[in-house]
Amino acid sequence: MPEPQVLPVAAAGIVFERDGRRLLDVADIAFDGIGCTVVLGPNGAGKSLLLRVLAGLIEPDEGRVTWAGRAPDRERAPRLGVVFQRPVLLRRSARANIIYALKVTGTPASRRQAKADAVLAAARLEDLARSPARLLSGGEQQRLALARALALEPEVLFLDEPTSSLDPASTKAIEDMLKTAALAGTRIVLVTHDTAQARRLADDVVFIHHGRVLERAAAPSFFAESTAPQARAYLEGAILA
Amino acid sequence: MQDFAGEFAHAFRLLLRLDPDLLAIVVLSLRVSLSAVLFAALIGMPLGAVLAVTRFPVRRVINVLVAAFMGLPPVVVGLLIYLLLSHAGVLGPLRLLYTPTAMIIAQAVLVTPIIAALARQTIEDVHGEYAEQLAVFGIGPWQKVTTLLWDARFSLLTALLAGFGRAIAEVGAVIIVGGNINHVTRVMTTTIALETSKGNLALALGLGVILVTIAVAVNALVFALRATAVRTAHA
Repeated sequence: MPEPQVLPVAAAGIVFERDGRRLLDVADIAFDGIGCTVVLGPNGAGKSLLLRVLAGLIEPDEGRVTWAGRAPDRERAPRLGVVFQRPVLLRRSARANIIYALKVTGTPASRRQAKADAVLAAARLEDLARSPARLLSGGEQQRLALARALALEPEVLFLDEPTSSLDPASTKAIEDMLKTAALAGTRIVLVTHDTAQARRLADDVVFIHHGRVLERAAAPSFFAESTAPQARAYLEGAILA
Repeated sequence: MQDFAGEFAHAFRLLLRLDPDLLAIVVLSLRVSLSAVLFAALIGMPLGAVLAVTRFPVRRVINVLVAAFMGLPPVVVGLLIYLLLSHAGVLGPLRLLYTPTAMIIAQAVLVTPIIAALARQTIEDVHGEYAEQLAVFGIGPWQKVTTLLWDARFSLLTALLAGFGRAIAEVGAVIIVGGNINHVTRVMTTTIALETSKGNLALALGLGVILVTIAVAVNALVFALRATAVRTAHA
């Protein structure tokens, strides 16, 4: 087992403000080990912002993010995969998208084709390998984005509501890929507002509201007896102010 | 009207028999304008890319200047380059005045801001879309720029064609720095101006037909590139 380069991914004293509004105020959070953490909360809670801060994509106004105890850096960035709500695919074929990612992150040329074909097959996209990526359907594009992220064999994979605009079949395909990746040892951190999806995938849950982490608990205990009143109300379907 | 009809007929005869004088003028025009676009691209593309993806203190000022220079009056550019290249000018010892090289410089100065501004806008759009994903891959600035240039290639070709359209149709600057010398610096636009003033409409019309054909062809190419880009989802 190679030495972890980015785990644990941790943040301490994070504050992020815009226009006088405190959008994120997280005292302490860390992701380590194995399994799938679901970051749950209503729209605008700060889930996606937290993910971007942890991924080193946004600099917080205060606080510190660390990957394996050190500040994020470009060299280790590929060890932390990110899949966005709207997949960002390059203007190339499906296979070329994966080969590009492998190339720029240092995979030897001799291994790229085979690796790309393997992940395309795992995502059931082998028949679309030569198709322009941006002409694929929404579900296919998201599967391709996930396959591209997994091709880099990240230690931890952050996903920002990857199925929010997908139909049930496409959602299931993505969730199946995530379960397989988690079983293979990739640490999954999934942002969602979908409680049903959280119940299907979560090993533990972080509940966030108004930029604050109100609760973190193992999934069975969170869904059975969450301690935060806002989390209980959210699970019961109430609209949080 | 009869005279005009006769001039048109003469013009088409010149075109059909591939008149050597006319061909020489067309070839020189293309050589000058294509060279100017090449040099303008070598400066304008990287400049546009740097303006699109980097942040530095005077970036906005440069953006405003580049945009303003898109509308530079050609005769003023011609005059400034004339002053630079003339005997008493800073570049006078190079003896470039009244040569095709001087015309290439003039056209390149006019076209560079067009290519830089269009490249900046194009690359900025793609960068806005790609920035986070490229950061996730952890790639450096050089790889980022090359990726953006490649993925924006169809739109950038459009910028080049726009620059070529401006260069080939230019007359004010090249007539000042080129001098419109027969068989040396006479290009299509300057010949049209000269021959029209002499009443030799046939040659002027023949060259006019070629210029319009080039303009139509360039625009057709732009449309074809856009269609290809959309069809293959490169847009």
